[in-house]
Amino acid sequence: MNENTTNDPIIICEDVHKWFDDFHVLKGITTTFKKGERAVICGPSGSGKSTFIRTINRLEEHQRGTIIVDGIELSNDLRNINLIRQEVGMVFQQFNLFPHLTNIKNITLGPIQVRKMSKKAAEEAALALLERMDIADQAYKYPAEISGGQQQRVAIARALAMEPKIMLFDEPTSALDPEMISEVLDVMRELAHSGMTMLVVTHEMGFAREVADRIMFFDEGVVIEEAAPADFFDNPRHERTKLFISQTLQH
Amino acid sequence: MQQDSTKIPFWRDIRVLKVLFQVIFIIGIILLALFFYMNMLNGLERQGIELSLDFLMSEAGFELSEGIDFDSSDTNLKAFWVGVVNTLRVSIIGIFCATIVGFLFGIARLSSNWLISKTAAVYVEIFRNTPLVLQILFWYPLILTLPKVRESINFFDSIFINRRGVYLPSAVPADGFNTWRWYLLSGIIIAIIVVLGLAAYRYFFQDRELHETDRPSFVSNIILGAKWVAAPIFLTAAIVGWFLTPEVSFVLSKPELQGFNFVGGINFSPEFTAMLIGLTVYTSAFIAEVVRAGIQSVVKGQREAARSVGLKESQVLRLVVIPQAIPVIVPPLTSQYLNLAKNSSLGTFIAYTDLYAIAEIINGKTDQSVPIFAIIMASYLILSLTTSAFMNWYNRRITRFGSSS
Amino acid sequence: MEDNTLTQEVKPPDTSKGPVRWLRDNLFSTWYNTILTCLGLVLLFFFFRVFFIWVFTQANWAVIPAYLRTLMIGPYPIEQVWRIGIVFCTLLTLLGLSAGIWRDRVLQIAIAIAGVGLFLLLIPLDVVKEGEDTSATLEFNLNIFYLIFFKRKWLLGGLVLLAVTFLIGRDKNTFKRWIIIGWVLSFPWTMIILHGFGKNAVSTTDWGGLLLTLILAAVGIVACFPLGVLLALGRRSQLPAIKWVSTVYIETIRGVPLITILFMGSILLPIFMPGDFQLDKVIRAMVALTLFSSSYMAENIRGGLQAVPSGQVEAAQAVGLTYPKTMHFIVLPQAIRAVIPAIVGQSIALFKDTSLVSVVGLLDLLGVGRTILGSSKWSGNYAEVWFFIAIIYFVFSFSMSIVSQKIEADLGVGKH
Repeated sequence: MNENTTNDPIIICEDVHKWFDDFHVLKGITTTFKKGERAVICGPSGSGKSTFIRTINRLEEHQRGTIIVDGIELSNDLRNINLIRQEVGMVFQQFNLFPHLTNIKNITLGPIQVRKMSKKAAEEAALALLERMDIADQAYKYPAEISGGQQQRVAIARALAMEPKIMLFDEPTSALDPEMISEVLDVMRELAHSGMTMLVVTHEMGFAREVADRIMFFDEGVVIEEAAPADFFDNPRHERTKLFISQTLQH
Repeated sequence: MQQDSTKIPFWRDIRVLKVLFQVIFIIGIILLALFFYMNMLNGLERQGIELSLDFLMSEAGFELSEGIDFDSSDTNLKAFWVGVVNTLRVSIIGIFCATIVGFLFGIARLSSNWLISKTAAVYVEIFRNTPLVLQILFWYPLILTLPKVRESINFFDSIFINRRGVYLPSAVPADGFNTWRWYLLSGIIIAIIVVLGLAAYRYFFQDRELHETDRPSFVSNIILGAKWVAAPIFLTAAIVGWFLTPEVSFVLSKPELQGFNFVGGINFSPEFTAMLIGLTVYTSAFIAEVVRAGIQSVVKGQREAARSVGLKESQVLRLVVIPQAIPVIVPPLTSQYLNLAKNSSLGTFIAYTDLYAIAEIINGKTDQSVPIFAIIMASYLILSLTTSAFMNWYNRRITRFGSSS
Repeated sequence: MEDNTLTQEVKPPDTSKGPVRWLRDNLFSTWYNTILTCLGLVLLFFFFRVFFIWVFTQANWAVIPAYLRTLMIGPYPIEQVWRIGIVFCTLLTLLGLSAGIWRDRVLQIAIAIAGVGLFLLLIPLDVVKEGEDTSATLEFNLNIFYLIFFKRKWLLGGLVLLAVTFLIGRDKNTFKRWIIIGWVLSFPWTMIILHGFGKNAVSTTDWGGLLLTLILAAVGIVACFPLGVLLALGRRSQLPAIKWVSTVYIETIRGVPLITILFMGSILLPIFMPGDFQLDKVIRAMVALTLFSSSYMAENIRGGLQAVPSGQVEAAQAVGLTYPKTMHFIVLPQAIRAVIPAIVGQSIALFKDTSLVSVVGLLDLLGVGRTILGSSKWSGNYAEVWFFIAIIYFVFSFSMSIVSQKIEADLGVGKH
């Protein structure tokens, strides 16, 4: 457990199920994330790990069970969905920056339109964030004009600008060229040390071992193993976990 | 279940909101329609008009020279039918001609011959950048200034062109036709039975051992059979029947000058000819572009690959480029066909009595604008929807291979 | 020496094409190309011979100057033509500012328009042929200045304004928003100025000629835009009722000819409206064109919506934007940018389609032409009249199609 982790639960999932048509993607996920906790979620592709974190800010609707985020239940209540989306930031594999807006406008759009911040305050905050991401000089360029690693850092800044309590990362480094992965991981590491609650879907096992409080291993829609990194890597209990670790560490 | 949904106030519940929003929307549409309907009733009442379809059965009171025989004692309904047939006639022949001309110019635009490709480009740009009405209004008087009937332009004594239109020879059923058609009918029946039998046999017995994904569908078996079995059977029946029938089944009818006009053969009126030329030329310019874009869409790598396996230039085109270009061409070609059919409504500008022109005539003679409008809308919709349904079916049939390139 | 020969540059073989080489490559490369070329030349020769003989010796072009003003502005009263001049100058001012701010394509368009303007300014239209009959000459003298529907001083003023505003607008990037608002407002402004108030008001039924054609096309494209966007969003909606209503509307309108919609606008619209509610025939045609155009616009925009990746919507939702804000800030700007060439294409089609409005009694360019030919004096000169009108239509739609191709090329490069 890291120094920031508290005992207050911030996300409570209770028997979460999800189907795509007939395909059962999530088969009853029950877990709790604590405030300040850093959880890494891994597993083979198609195991439901991305779908799981996407249910937490309602990009996917879960069809059974309950998800409570920061005391607010995710349901068909429009207000709750909007509240939770403000509390939860998300970083995507493909960055999903808005190509027609400059980097700084990408970042200030949410604060101005959703948080109703003044344009000036939002821009100052955005510049500070870009500074923190070490790309302040790229603020007035368009996303297409900067590198993938820089784009992903703008995307992280965009999520942070909403001052979320929780950050979701959906394979943030998978679409990057190898030499750019570390600059994104550095930013995430720094974020982790600042005490942010983070759920990270990733294949970066080095990052997981170093930063995570807990590693959850997904397979075929269930969590088949969850443990602290040391236990997970050195003492996996499940056959599938062992296989997965040996395969990922080879690379 | 997630949660007791009664706890969510309804104005925040997404599911309720979705339904509510749609209900309000539908109510809005209904109110709007009701508003129009009430206004219509009021307006018609004030003008003393009673809506009814009786006018369809009443005497038309006008003459139509184009298409099916029609005189002023026929009903308005029949007049509509004449319009439908005229619309179909000019559309179908127009589609046929525009396709040929359009493909010619489309291929010409890609010619390596500078003169040919530039001429084709100029043709395309001129005709697709000027309005079709203008073109029709230009062709029509031009046809009316052609030589008089007695001084017709004469091709081989069988095709005559003059200011009354175009006269072509035609085949007319003769005495033997009644006998011969029984041979044709029996040929069709035998062909259908044989093809169905073969298809069923192949589908249920021969193809059984093939894997499900490889097994040709019943329909594709029938299409295959139609090509290789039914057509030969039908042709054999037709030929055998032709020789077994003692009398001649068809005679060639040539247009001949009798008195002030030509008799016999097929006659295209000046109005029809102007419409046909206008629709063909205008649409062919668009089709040429469609064809050019389709052929150019086949990536260079495909041609190079085809050459590298040793195909000749003509084979490259026939075996590699065209099969890949056709699926790209068909959807925009469909919309050009639909445009042509819809544009045939411009006949009213030169008194070609197509569906719209006849609706306009009847509208001038009765006060039943609303049903007349409904009739023409419905007719054009049926025409458009069947055409696009057919072309969609055709497109699905030819694009069974995926878009792997 | 040896060293030198080793490093001596080897020049590529001479592939520059002399005229002879060009002819051989492009016209006579194979035997069938040679035949095609010869055949083509013979046909073109005969065609151009007939064409030029007609143009220079047979055609009676007097009909054009005699009715030039009518062709340009229809029955619009002469003493009110200054209104058109004001509109013209307003538009050129906006264009000049835009050219200064955006440069690139806008500047090219502005230069092209300035070029055409200068050309029209310089050609001596005042020449009157001898032996012209008096009625035609009289009108001719009156309207030589109305070539693009107003007096020459307006043309000159407009061009000067264009140049001046270009200089003013240069690199004033902060103006962008105001210029866009200006373009949007220019539309009602045009209508108000052309119509005017009080006893000098020009009723829309007096609008005609090329002026009316351009206005109808502009109305059709601009007014259909909001409806088109809503229909496109509606057709992609997850709510079945909205999806079905939008789809049925779009497919019905697209399935029938424009002429039936004009019929509806001219004959049925008055029936469907409350009894005391009167619309003149030009407004009714505008309504019909807008209803017609909106379904085509909807399909174009739907194409653009499909091109926006779903990740864009997800990212917008993730930062908490609501559906309307997601559409407004994220999806529509990208979708519309992607379909600008299609929208220009639709504008060309609509511009040509406005030629149908004479069927409901409007005096657009084509309607004026029909009226001229309706008079027995000129009824034989249909070829001259249609030819002249065709050139006007061609110039407008061909230039629009060139602009569309350029934009398409720009977008293809992947510029943001």
